[in-house]
Amino acid sequence: MASHIYECIEKIGQSIIDNRGFLTELDREIGDADHGINMARGFGEVLAQLPADNEDIGAALKKTGMVLLSKVGGASGPLYGTACLEAAKVCAGRTALTAEDGKTVFAAVIAGIQKRGKAVRGEKTMLDAIIPASEAYAAAVDAGAPVDACLDAMCEAAKEGAEYTASIRATKGRASYLGDRSIGHKDPGAASSLLAMEAIRSYVKGA
Amino acid sequence: MVGIVIVSHSAKVAEGIVELAAEMAADNGHIIAAGGLSDGGIGTDPLRIQAAIEQADTGDGVAVLADIGSSIMSAETAIEFLEGSGIRVRIADAPVLEGAVSACAASAGGTSLDEVIAAAEEARGFSKLA
Ligand SMILES: Nc1ncnc2c1ncn2[C@@H]1O[C@H](COP(=O)(O)OP(=O)(O)OP(=O)(O)O)[C@@H](O)[C@H]1O
Ligand SMILES: [Mg+2]
Repeated sequence: MASHIYECIEKIGQSIIDNRGFLTELDREIGDADHGINMARGFGEVLAQLPADNEDIGAALKKTGMVLLSKVGGASGPLYGTACLEAAKVCAGRTALTAEDGKTVFAAVIAGIQKRGKAVRGEKTMLDAIIPASEAYAAAVDAGAPVDACLDAMCEAAKEGAEYTASIRATKGRASYLGDRSIGHKDPGAASSLLAMEAIRSYVKGA
Repeated sequence: MVGIVIVSHSAKVAEGIVELAAEMAADNGHIIAAGGLSDGGIGTDPLRIQAAIEQADTGDGVAVLADIGSSIMSAETAIEFLEGSGIRVRIADAPVLEGAVSACAASAGGTSLDEVIAAAEEARGFSKLA
């Protein structure tokens, strides 16, 4: 039987692969039209290489991180790859996570992306979806909300954050070459982050 | 001799730059191309860059010349994976082709890693029309 972590990563990968056209179109507007291609290539390889029966969340995230790092090909590879490697460290040896653990994982993910890309909130990147999502999730957990409600709050904030990227100018990544012309278009990385978080929510709710 | 690694999104670009830059050096064994993905696609791959750095090093360190976008992020990732290996690596803040030619000339002259990096970075200021 496939492990929980495998099924969760599979759900994320499937959503990314199903949305490759959408992500690539977003990247056509303000980048080099490859974000969906990059991410689908990376997750295709993750699903081919990840052992389905390993319950160790840290090990699964480490493998996922190494594959994304090497196979995605664009900036999102080292960024999501490093995020997974940092998350792997805080999940080493774990076979289940609590709602509280989710906060630690978020912190590790954000630290990984910032270590690699040196961006902050407001630069029109994936962080504009992930940071508000992390804050909304933590606030819901701290308020004692049930897990489903915490994940709803997370996805709601991620969605708002991804929409917000359309209103700002890019100062990191390829879209920054466009300057003000990047305004009016959503950031592809924020869109893929939202898809990943929605997949996690749908996995947890369905499990 | 200081090794040199050329990072590009395109394997052809990286190999072409190695071909051009190697003309500046009698011994071209330490200029290694790390372009594209392992499946031949366009992009950068930290693990390929790491392997190229290991191959380029002869004990005197390695200078990395990189093209645009994620090349730098991928090179930095590769360098992090090499922490503890004892290999000294620096990325030159220079245009990849011109920097590679200058770096090769400096490296062939037997200079140190820091001097090779300085030579590559000087290429940033060269005027082609003056
Ligand atoms: N420094 C950064 N910090 C955080 N996120 C970033 C950074 N640079 C780029 N991104 C994210 O990466 C996404 C682009 O990913 P993609 O896979 O298209 O890479 P790319 O920009 O085409 O890479 P390359 O530089 O190799 O051409 C952006 O939409 C943005 O969300
Ligand atoms: Mg792109």
